[in-house]
Amino acid sequence: MNGGYAILARALAPEAALVAGALAVLGVDLAWLKRHPADARRRAVAAVAALAVVAAIGLALAVGRIGSVAGGALRLDTLALAVRLGVLVLTLGALGITPGAPALRHPVEYVAVMLFAAAGLALMAAADQLLSAFLALELASLSLYVLTGFDKTRPESAEAALKYFLFGGMAAAFLLFGFSLLYGLTGSIGFAEAGAVLAAPHAGPLAAVALVMVLVAFGFKIAAAPFHLWAPDVYQGAPAPSAALIASASKLAGYALFARLLWAGGRPGGASPGWLTVVAVLAGASLLLGNLVALAQSDVRRLLAYSAIAHAGALLLGVMTAGRAGFGPLVYYAATYGLASLGAFGVLGAVARAGGGGRREDLAGLHRRSPLLAACLAVFVLSLAGIPPLAGFWGKFAVFAAALQFDGPTGPAGGLALAAIALTAVALYYYLLILKQALVAGPPSGGGGRIAVPAPAAVALVAAAGLLVLLGLFPSLVLGWF
Amino acid sequence: MNLLPWTIYLTLGGALLALAAGARSAAAARWLALATALAGWGVTLLAAARFAPGPGLQTLVDVAWIPELGVRYHLAADGISLTLVVLTGLAATAGVLFSWNITERTGEYFALYLLLIAGVYGVFLSADALLLFAFYELAIAPKYFLIAIWGSTRREYGAMKLVLYSFAGSALVLAGLLWAHAASGAGFDLADLAAGPYTVGEQVGMFALVFLGFAVLAGLFPFHTWAPTGHVAAPTAASMLLAGVVMKLGAYGCLRVALPLFPAGLAFWQPVIAWLAVAGIIYAGVIALVQDDFKFVIGYSSVSHMGFVLLGLAAANAGAVGGAVLQMFSHGVIAGLLFAVVGRMVYDRTHTRRLRDLRALPLHRLLPFAAVTFVLAGLASMGLPGFSGFPAELLILVGAWRTSPVWALAAAAGVVLAAAFTLRAMQLAFFGRAGRLTDAVTSGAARPAVAPYQPITWPERAGALLLLGATLLLGLRPDLLLNWITPSLQSPLFQAVLKGGAP
Repeated sequence: MNGGYAILARALAPEAALVAGALAVLGVDLAWLKRHPADARRRAVAAVAALAVVAAIGLALAVGRIGSVAGGALRLDTLALAVRLGVLVLTLGALGITPGAPALRHPVEYVAVMLFAAAGLALMAAADQLLSAFLALELASLSLYVLTGFDKTRPESAEAALKYFLFGGMAAAFLLFGFSLLYGLTGSIGFAEAGAVLAAPHAGPLAAVALVMVLVAFGFKIAAAPFHLWAPDVYQGAPAPSAALIASASKLAGYALFARLLWAGGRPGGASPGWLTVVAVLAGASLLLGNLVALAQSDVRRLLAYSAIAHAGALLLGVMTAGRAGFGPLVYYAATYGLASLGAFGVLGAVARAGGGGRREDLAGLHRRSPLLAACLAVFVLSLAGIPPLAGFWGKFAVFAAALQFDGPTGPAGGLALAAIALTAVALYYYLLILKQALVAGPPSGGGGRIAVPAPAAVALVAAAGLLVLLGLFPSLVLGWF
Repeated sequence: MNLLPWTIYLTLGGALLALAAGARSAAAARWLALATALAGWGVTLLAAARFAPGPGLQTLVDVAWIPELGVRYHLAADGISLTLVVLTGLAATAGVLFSWNITERTGEYFALYLLLIAGVYGVFLSADALLLFAFYELAIAPKYFLIAIWGSTRREYGAMKLVLYSFAGSALVLAGLLWAHAASGAGFDLADLAAGPYTVGEQVGMFALVFLGFAVLAGLFPFHTWAPTGHVAAPTAASMLLAGVVMKLGAYGCLRVALPLFPAGLAFWQPVIAWLAVAGIIYAGVIALVQDDFKFVIGYSSVSHMGFVLLGLAAANAGAVGGAVLQMFSHGVIAGLLFAVVGRMVYDRTHTRRLRDLRALPLHRLLPFAAVTFVLAGLASMGLPGFSGFPAELLILVGAWRTSPVWALAAAAGVVLAAAFTLRAMQLAFFGRAGRLTDAVTSGAARPAVAPYQPITWPERAGALLLLGATLLLGLRPDLLLNWITPSLQSPLFQAVLKGGAP
């Protein structure tokens, strides 16, 4: 720890910028803006928050990859850098779509909590120790619970927040219990020791219990079946930008942390790690349940939630193979998936602001009501469906290729990859149903004038769609990092 | 030759321009689309003029694209690709001409249309399996919107069915390619993937996945059911493209990817494929014989004709495969022509496609140009000498005979069936009541029928003449294309597959 504080301050500069930004948002509002109209306040704090996020991005780039810091509490490697940047860009996107979504009663506090969440998520990207991981996870989770319940005009929002909080609290308890068992087994809170226990092929009963506890907690965090029950309600009830953040940045950070912990122990003796089978079961269950239940959804946000569960299954394949194929495919998939979900929620938020509900039919005639939203939605949904040359395709492709190389078409990962490929045809069906309303159907009689999209939201949506196309045409921009 | 990649870029650029122009003026979008299609076709013809036939693919572009995944941006062409890109240019141009009457969301229509065409060009020019796959999928998505927005009869059902079948097929292809990639450890370049090594068991499995996946789009029985419903639901130009070019993507994928990569797989599956192809020829022919919807007759006839292509591929000798490629071109032109007559010239004017209703109209008098075109196209479709269908089907049948006479005999029955259903449709639709004009009026058939029909417009005439000219030219000079195709089949990759049957 000698001279550690200087390094620690440097390593945590992006998070510090985010927290300072959050405090600045609250302070500026308190000091000067209280008497201004709501719109001006909203705009001013959004600008301050965006500045903070941009500063954090700059700082994260400036810090770069300095390796293990603070006695192993954090590890700033390529994975941490990429995920941090991803989280920050996605937060920026969520801030961008906020003015497009229905207005909230406390916009200033909302933005501040969003920045706290981003700080937690960015910290998750770098955590390399049980304690720092738990702290980061809880900071992010608590902020996300609050963000979920922020819409006081709709009871669904409060209900979703309560559900999310209760499930999340339970998961945190599991995680803490699992971590304490790991600490008891190893006498260390480092990821490397914990990972070695988790990866041991024939672990004792205590290690097995610890593994199950950890998997339950992470399964909750990334909404993998059978721990997904909170997702549909939260996706439906939360304000659109909150749902976007939960579906994008929170997922990305969660997968990165999960993969880092599981692979921290390496591959003992070249054998498959002990956790592989259990994670494969989670992945298979998520793929099947997500894709099949999504078919029955008529509410677009619930549909996105189940599709998120299906994507969680594919992303778990990326986790399973990260030890051999590297973190590149996983991060690329999670980041581009996050961009597409974020954009989809942005579009839904803008439709809701114009008075539309959340059902598929409420998107009818979107191509007339707002060609911009319709075109962006087409990019987002087709990327989620995995149509080349959009980024979603290469994410799936890279993960599936890694899975087949991992253990061939008969192994657990390879077999699941083949199943996942087969299920993409199912997924295309429900994605096309969304686009059918948005692009094919005419606007409903009576309802449906033009939808005005505020400039920041339009910029965020176009940027997200542009990034999906760009990363789809040149996947090496991200994959080449690893 | 090095111009060929520009077909893709020009068409994509044209799509964007048409989208932008369509927001202001439908006519501008139309002319832009026509100019783009013509430019693309012109590029293919120019490349064809400079083409020196030879074995193997001639590389056009080859740069690293995604090194992490082993994917290269590798475009290349040989005589087979050249044949098919020329067909694509021709079909695209004719399709634009037959879309002249699209007035709703014109810019978006032509943008999607050109996007589809760009994907098709890309598939035919790809020499990297994954690049080919990416273009292949790029061609799938626009089809849904083209059919669902601008189609007719049960369009949303037809569009969804077609896209899900295509996508399920492409999922099989992707699974097979990834398996091959994992087993060989090579990149996705076709030559690298072909080098293997794979065990026979692996080849049988991979071939099954890849061939079946592509063959779904080629209309392999019993996975053809998307084709008639999709064709019927689609707007005219989209049916022309679907039958004319998109089904060829499937057959081309089988020929370019499945066959050379997994020769042992073909040896194993050969009889199954051949019999499924024969079953498709006969089954679709019989179904076409009893259809009441004019467009369904053509839809099933497409399935039947694509059965010949698949039979030629299954026979796996140079003659039959050459015939199959020729048949791809020939069917692309003829099917386009038939759909143009039925969908644009007849249906857009009479607003009925039921043969029962059309029978009551003296269409040969009301729409003489349509009648003449359909008779000529019908003759070509039946495989009469002088039209392109004849040399193609003859080569396939002779080639199939070399591999197995039973296949050839069974398939020959399909030729007779084709004559039967084409003549029936021709008779009922155009010469149903060959009497005087007044009969139809006084009998009060479907609707008052005294030449209220808008005369055949110039784009329709131009499109029809283009396609008719192509089928006649090839009927008289099939060697024009065979001179490109045959040397291509001498490449080592194809020779590994085509050893069977050659004398």
